[in-house]
Amino acid sequence: MDIVKNVLEKEQRDLERFKSIEVEKHIECRTDPGMLMCTDPNELDEKSLKSDKQKYLLDLTRDNVQILLNEIWELETDRVEECIVAKLPPPAYILPRSRKCPVAKQLTKWEKFAKEKGIKKTKKDKKTFDTELDKWVPTYGYKRAQAEKDKTWVLEVPKNADPMEDQFQKKLDMRSEKVAKNEVQRMKNIVRAKKVDVPRTGYLGPEAASSSELLTAATIAKSSTASVGKFQEKLTKEKVARGIGVKELIPGSKRKASHITEVPEKVHNLELINSVLSKKPKMDVDKAISVQKREAREEREANPQQKKPRKGGSKRSKKGGKIHSSKSKKPKAGGGERDFKKRAGGRKRR
Amino acid sequence: MKRLSDERAKIFFEKLTKYIGTNAKQLIDRPDGTYCFRENKNKVYYASEKLIKLAENIKPKDLVCVGTCLGKFSKTNKFKFSITALNYLAPYAQYKIWVKSSCEQQFLYGNHISKSGLGRITENTPKYQGAVVYSMSDVPLGFGVVARSTSDCKMADPLATVCFHQSDIGEYLRSEDTLFSTIM
Repeated sequence: MDIVKNVLEKEQRDLERFKSIEVEKHIECRTDPGMLMCTDPNELDEKSLKSDKQKYLLDLTRDNVQILLNEIWELETDRVEECIVAKLPPPAYILPRSRKCPVAKQLTKWEKFAKEKGIKKTKKDKKTFDTELDKWVPTYGYKRAQAEKDKTWVLEVPKNADPMEDQFQKKLDMRSEKVAKNEVQRMKNIVRAKKVDVPRTGYLGPEAASSSELLTAATIAKSSTASVGKFQEKLTKEKVARGIGVKELIPGSKRKASHITEVPEKVHNLELINSVLSKKPKMDVDKAISVQKREAREEREANPQQKKPRKGGSKRSKKGGKIHSSKSKKPKAGGGERDFKKRAGGRKRR
Repeated sequence: MKRLSDERAKIFFEKLTKYIGTNAKQLIDRPDGTYCFRENKNKVYYASEKLIKLAENIKPKDLVCVGTCLGKFSKTNKFKFSITALNYLAPYAQYKIWVKSSCEQQFLYGNHISKSGLGRITENTPKYQGAVVYSMSDVPLGFGVVARSTSDCKMADPLATVCFHQSDIGEYLRSEDTLFSTIM
């Protein structure tokens, strides 16, 4: 009996040494067995925290870990090689990312255009049958260049081309030019994707520059004075460059004209109108011609007998003055408009 | 909203004087207060100073229209009158063309005026002069450019174009959606 008693006493002591597995909390703790995490929303007891910090925190942690372990023991368990293993559910808590979100890759200019237009990339076959060579030829890569060489062993000289020009060399040049162009475009795509400011290309020379690039160059050159081109003379029909990053270079356009000016707007506008009106020629040529024509017509209509052809033999003056007979064709003036391109018909006058 | 730059003002006045000549001064020198021209998004507006001061409280981007829209500057920096300008062109017009009632509808559909449709024309109209087109009952219908001077008109055959169409009041219906839209 003593032995039994001893054992029971020992058991009792053991039980007293260990704390109960049931933990009581004001607010229930949230557990996430998938993450092996337990969050305690209860407030800390300040009194006990101040008196014995270490003990209090240790107790609190034990309680919370106990709650988590209780949760785990409720899960489906398995025995693998003398070990009890619980099957954890997928984690419910979402951890914040440690790194920033990946950004979608910037589309190249062509990719963007193709997307807008709905152009899809069609995959080319690795090999195509060449009817001229009568065999399968790789579309790209190994042995492609050799196939090309075999195919174009002779080149036609275009009709209007220089006969001494090397067509093979020309083809090679074209190819290297294409490669260079591609490289430039690749660089431009990188610049666009990284959104970095690059300096303007400037003047590319009369052959390479497009008309808009030439205009931009001219505009930049004009505004490259100490007064930002304000006092630079303007041509009569000068064009101004347009586009992104160009506007600020156009002389004078940077600042908005103030509504309050030395000269009142009304007076300024009147001056402008006067200058516009005074620019017109004093004598309106068209009007003068039309007035003269009208007078002539009225005169003709007033005394028609004067125009009647004279009867009898035609008298010719010594100087070679002409008298029209009624049968000859009436000269056409072309309605008062002179066409300089057209050669005047009729007798050659000296 | 900004004042017309000197360059643009000159282009604008040159066009204006093409239609109303010296009467352009009367648009500025008005007895009933100061009126001025303002530019917003390449469109030119004509409004009293009072109205413009009120309109300045609105962002130019959001502003649709102030006063009367006279026209717009094209991308090549040329000025084009819109039909809304007719209110100011018609009373001051120096050169006028009257259209026969039979040809009225044709013009209002955007066609040129042929000699057969010509009712009357101001005496001594030079070629390529801007003119306002009226119906025979003196209702302004639009404006255009005279293709033949008055004296040439008398000689022209009936199918010859006398006046090139530029704008007509039919546009209020035909281009209703684009006439006042801010998108250009």
